[in-house]
Amino acid sequence: MSFSVTEPRRGTKWLAGILVVGYAIITMVPLLWIIATGFKSPTDSIAYPPVVVFDPTLEGYVNLFTDRTRATPQMLEEAGPPETWYDAIAQERGTVITGPSRYGERFLNSVIIGFGSTALCMILGTAAAYAFSRFRVPLKDDLLFFILSTRMMPPIAVAIPIFLMFRNLGLSDTHLGMILLYTAVNLSLSVWLLKGFIDEIPVEYEEAALIDGYTRFQAFYKVVLPQAATGIASTAIFCLIFAWNEYAFAVLLTSGNAQTAPPFIPTIIGTSGKDWPAVAAGATIFLIPVMVFTILLRKHLLRGITFGAVRK
Amino acid sequence: MTYSPIDRAATKTPQGVARRIRGLSDRTIAWIFVSPTIFLLLAVNIFPLIWTIRLSFTDYRVNRPNNEVSWVGLQNYQRILSDPDIWNTMQATAHFLIWTIILQVLIGFTLAYLINMKFKGNDLWTTIIVFPMMLSPAVVGNFWTFLYQPQIGLFNYVVAFFTGADPASFSMIGDVNLAPWAIVIVDTWMWTPFVMLICLAGLRSIPDSIYEAAECDRASKWRQFWTITVPMALPFLMLAVLFRGIENFKMFDLVVQLTGGGPGNTTTLTSIDLKREAFERWRTGYSSAYAVILFVTVFGLASIYVKALNKVKQR
Repeated sequence: MSFSVTEPRRGTKWLAGILVVGYAIITMVPLLWIIATGFKSPTDSIAYPPVVVFDPTLEGYVNLFTDRTRATPQMLEEAGPPETWYDAIAQERGTVITGPSRYGERFLNSVIIGFGSTALCMILGTAAAYAFSRFRVPLKDDLLFFILSTRMMPPIAVAIPIFLMFRNLGLSDTHLGMILLYTAVNLSLSVWLLKGFIDEIPVEYEEAALIDGYTRFQAFYKVVLPQAATGIASTAIFCLIFAWNEYAFAVLLTSGNAQTAPPFIPTIIGTSGKDWPAVAAGATIFLIPVMVFTILLRKHLLRGITFGAVRK
Repeated sequence: MTYSPIDRAATKTPQGVARRIRGLSDRTIAWIFVSPTIFLLLAVNIFPLIWTIRLSFTDYRVNRPNNEVSWVGLQNYQRILSDPDIWNTMQATAHFLIWTIILQVLIGFTLAYLINMKFKGNDLWTTIIVFPMMLSPAVVGNFWTFLYQPQIGLFNYVVAFFTGADPASFSMIGDVNLAPWAIVIVDTWMWTPFVMLICLAGLRSIPDSIYEAAECDRASKWRQFWTITVPMALPFLMLAVLFRGIENFKMFDLVVQLTGGGPGNTTTLTSIDLKREAFERWRTGYSSAYAVILFVTVFGLASIYVKALNKVKQR
């Protein structure tokens, strides 16, 4: 058995492990509670004391995706037996489904705007990062600092003129407007991160390619891009998560047409008071993809959250 | 003006020929690659910023486009800086900023120190701890209002369980004294992992050989901690504080969903106040001046801090 003076004693390690695991479990409780509440009936969700063991139901999810109206027993009788399982759940509560809710649309908006801005941001960001990494760009350091400083501005402060500008250009409440806006906000992150990743690829590869008769463009997309693939992928996930989670611009600049899920989820209400299972169901569907991405990203997490300032 | 031989050759050679020989010059490619980014940032960031500065000297209101806009000079700035409500807002922001940073640094550093002991499975648990900070603050903040409900809320139940108080007797987001702490708790829950990750990187950057040397000199563990671990992790810790400071100065989504700035004005942070002025009272000129003051504050604080950070790094 190897012995090292810097290695903590076994007992100490155990204690450290227990403390960290304890913290991790406590920190997960609110998230697990969101997921659990999504499967509770309205009565279970507001029970006192809070219930941990309950009959799971999909009522929250049905309420999330549908609009319903209160029905008199007479109306229910006229409607006849429920045709589908979700009709059955609604009728059990004395309601009739009148149509789909807006959640689907809002979620789709989040997907369109998230992926659209990420794609655009990666195209612009990779090109700029490559140029900053490989060429002598005049005022390079100033430009890089300028790009970073755009991130320091409070979104609400920037939102005032953007609100006016979008109104004049007819971009308010459009997908294109939000895609352009999120691209601009994310560019600082993507340029800084990608520059770091490209800096790590030895220049010799490209030089060899140039000597072999490749043009700069060919060297860029045949040599550099494949080498930087992991970096580009993780940067893209960071941009996607940011656009996915963004709230301030979305709530101020969108309303009916291009509204994303974050401003929408808190506004979900039931037929009588706040429908917490439906809110929790909406949150669950919205948060799970990010958790999956976090697991995929775990090796590059630190780099992403510090704009590449801390690499390992 | 002096030109390098290559430049001279390039200017003498007809363009089409030059392109066939060398492809586009590096300088051209560099500009093609960089300019779309710079253009977009100018359009979406700098142009609006200049517009904000211009509006801040006027009495323009978005909801009254037909009113004549007049220049009011520094009047907006004067009114903001002499308004006692703004100072209340600043106080609320300072309370939030200071306490979140203290708590996150303490808990984050402790966690990083414990994880760095490399117990079995530490990678897995680190990933689990990181989850809250990746999630949408608005969506999660909204759900926390449910956890904070008197009587039925899980948070109140747990606190009541351990203290023996009545879970219906206090409301974290409805009480003037508790609300400022309610937002500190949720922000700490969400962002402690951020500080933890950066501290962990700092601790891992300290080479084992330094500890081995200290061990040879019979320095106690306590002394090693204060003379090796803390000073060497300090630049990382300060970086974490810088990031959290800037982010929390801008804080909007989480708090607006949790308390909406209430009760009263107890949790009205600057961004929330600004949003009310700009998008509810529609005092566009006034709120532009407010925004400019915020920019200057963030940039000022950040640049002072970066200077301090560089000094620490140099040691």
